[in-house]
Amino acid sequence: MDTSIWRPILYLIGVMAFAGVNAAWLGWCERKGAGHIQRRIGPKEVGPYGLLQPLADGIKLMTKQLLVPQGVDGILFRVAPVLAMIPAITSMVAIPFSATFHARPIELSVLLIFALASIGMMAILLGGWASNNKYSLISAARSVSQNVAYEIPMLITVITIVMLSGSMNLEEIALQQKGGFWNWYIFPIAGQSIAQAIIMPVSFLIFFTCSVAETNRAPFDMAEAESELIAGHMTEYGSMGFGLFMMGEYLNIVVGACLTAILFFGGWDSPLPFIPSGVLWFVLKIYLLIFTFIWIRWTYPRTQIYKLLNLSWKILIPFSLAILLLTAVFIKIEGILI
Amino acid sequence: MQTLFCQPAASPSLFSAEGFVGLIFLLTITIVIFGAAIATTSKRLVRCVAGLAVAFTGVAGVYYFLLSPFVAMMQMLIYVGAVSILIAFAVMMASPESHKGTYRGGVLAGPIGFSTGVIFFAALSILGLKTEWQAFPRQETGSIEHVGMAFLTTYSLVFELISIVLLLAIIGALVLARRGRSRV
Repeated sequence: MDTSIWRPILYLIGVMAFAGVNAAWLGWCERKGAGHIQRRIGPKEVGPYGLLQPLADGIKLMTKQLLVPQGVDGILFRVAPVLAMIPAITSMVAIPFSATFHARPIELSVLLIFALASIGMMAILLGGWASNNKYSLISAARSVSQNVAYEIPMLITVITIVMLSGSMNLEEIALQQKGGFWNWYIFPIAGQSIAQAIIMPVSFLIFFTCSVAETNRAPFDMAEAESELIAGHMTEYGSMGFGLFMMGEYLNIVVGACLTAILFFGGWDSPLPFIPSGVLWFVLKIYLLIFTFIWIRWTYPRTQIYKLLNLSWKILIPFSLAILLLTAVFIKIEGILI
Repeated sequence: MQTLFCQPAASPSLFSAEGFVGLIFLLTITIVIFGAAIATTSKRLVRCVAGLAVAFTGVAGVYYFLLSPFVAMMQMLIYVGAVSILIAFAVMMASPESHKGTYRGGVLAGPIGFSTGVIFFAALSILGLKTEWQAFPRQETGSIEHVGMAFLTTYSLVFELISIVLLLAIIGALVLARRGRSRV
């Protein structure tokens, strides 16, 4: 294994470029998707099919004045958007795009991604609080309670996957699912084990719901419920401060999609064994998942905050705990039988 | 850390491997002290919480430095991601107005705090200087298997006691929350 320092550095540069392009053009995808779902066209003026719209938006945001309103906490107000962006980019490094396309093998990459994701929550909290605005403060409080509530079932679901695969290494988890779509952890038919066959689809539903909630997307976008809270924690931010928050949100979606693809859809594995696997499959899977994120956002109306919290504490957490228990029991039974 | 202090007086060059590692260690320690200083001296509670999160991050760095990435990441996940967030949440719940400050304590708070600090510092210094430090050989790889095995065999009593503490905390929270919103 090449342990040179240059590989991670070069990979980091590549990943940052990938992240930047994604953060910019997913905005275009979202507007286009929203448009077509609502029987509109979406952006069409700037460039062919409006493809240059993100550039125009970027130039607009960067030329605007970086306004720091009176009465805000200056340092934290400036730190928060950066803090929203850093963990999203950094956690991209832990994601293996294919068997050979990764920065370096990280033994605990699942844990690393979740550890970094927990910093992203601090950004919304600090940004909302430093803004000295009651909408922002309410948004921060909502976002924190939501994230705390949804992190628990998400982590429990990930623990079931880790128990099944016996590894916290994303690469190892993906490699265990190779050889056709029936080996992926999501599919109930002819799975590797009984445990997986019965409960993994439920597990996937819980995980995906949680990742929608963790990335603050509609129908769970309580943090920026624009009909009640203007723009939530981003109310006081203009220009690139707002831009960084938005880019952080899209990057979190990318990271969530990557995690879902690796944990449940076999990562870079091709669905049929005779088609070669590769990084293209991984990219295809994550963009399908991202499309699902956009699709859900523009199809379902926003829920209410107490319904949201009830869903997590009363349904998702008990179900995920039951799944954890069942998985443990099944693994034990299989261990005895085999 | 101990191995660093046990080395002979000739300090390694900055550009050697040891020097670079030492630099990283100093960096993590600086982050911890910086965060702790913000957490204790800042006038605004938001900044105190943010400083606490920075200090926790630095401590995670120290764990990573001590070759246990698992503990380092759990530190990030639990202390930065949960504990400091919950502290911030508690502060927010306690008083909803946006201007929250820290205030000077009573007359006795200063001297008592200072003397406690001095005693604690002196005790730790004496302990640190009197003890015959010897570099432990690295026992396990610090992987999840070893941590789990240690928890369920050697340290099972401690493990169970910690879970009882957590259970008590949950019951306490339920008792507090049972009164409902109308009476608060």
